[in-house]
Amino acid sequence: MSPAEPESNTYAEGAAPGDERADGQEAAEGVGNYLVGLGLATLLTIVSFFVARTTLVWEPSIPVALVVLAIAQMGVHLVFFIHITTGADNVNNVMALAFGVVIVLLVMVGSLWIMANMNHNMLPMDQLMRMHH
Amino acid sequence: MSAFQGTADRDEPNHVRNDSGAPDRRAAAAHAAHELAAKRIIVGYGFWIFLLSDIIMFSAFFATYAVLVGNTAGGPSGRDLFNLRNVGIETACLLLSSFTCGLASIGARMRSGFWFHGAMTVTFVLGAAFLGIEIHEFADMVAAGAGPTRSAFLSAFFTLVGCHGLHVTAGLLWLLTMMAQVVAKGYRADILRRILCFGLFWHTLDIIWVALFTVVYLMGVGQ
Repeated sequence: MSPAEPESNTYAEGAAPGDERADGQEAAEGVGNYLVGLGLATLLTIVSFFVARTTLVWEPSIPVALVVLAIAQMGVHLVFFIHITTGADNVNNVMALAFGVVIVLLVMVGSLWIMANMNHNMLPMDQLMRMHH
Repeated sequence: MSAFQGTADRDEPNHVRNDSGAPDRRAAAAHAAHELAAKRIIVGYGFWIFLLSDIIMFSAFFATYAVLVGNTAGGPSGRDLFNLRNVGIETACLLLSSFTCGLASIGARMRSGFWFHGAMTVTFVLGAAFLGIEIHEFADMVAAGAGPTRSAFLSAFFTLVGCHGLHVTAGLLWLLTMMAQVVAKGYRADILRRILCFGLFWHTLDIIWVALFTVVYLMGVGQ
């Protein structure tokens, strides 16, 4: 590195996950941020518990609604509690998260798909038992 | 200057060295402040990657549970076993403890003993209440003959929910450790980094609980 070059530090633009922006943010602002997160998460939780037991909506739609509500609530937690943002200082955190989400989806969807397919192709258990005799 | 930078270099294997001749003390101090900020980011990022790998481990347990949820072997299903009122209380405990954990991190940033220790104590009480309800639920199920050996569904249930419970237990021990370390060592940079990691851990447990109460309890009762 030549002396004329300005000091370059690749970490300077980063932010740790969980850290709020450190540039002199007031504590009251931080508390307000957590309060918004708590309010939104509480709302989504109450709606989830209500939807799970309601008879007001078409029943097969309930699991889909629950999954959507859960994903929304995880998003609220990530934004307001873990402070993952779309800012330039958070690119590394978001990329790691995106990679994690891809693996989670592969494991979950892959397992369910393959096992459902195998169950579908297998003989019902009573017929299987009869074959052994 | 050289002594300080020497330590910094040893601590930062990835540090991009700035060999620009002989900088004055002020530049060295600014550099050192930079290093500290960078270290906090590296530690937080590393712990974030650990947490994501933990989430991937949980996803395997979730997948196992989802595959085995119907295999009750003639035993009780989730509909017979789950009590949504208890699950609601557990959820409220964990969500509120996530909030107070956030307050504790603000207290640590402000160097306020009242806010840090107060919020951490509330977090501990809420986490312990969650754990108490869960242990009570498990004990009731085992007593009713619905233990982990009853069916594949119950094996998967106890593995998944129990693994989350173990994480909460570890989190509670870590919480007490952090309170003790702040008392013994004060708000040193390394202690603040550990508090950052603890906060991330605790918030992540709450995120996993969101998936858990949705997939296991709410869907289990609806089925």
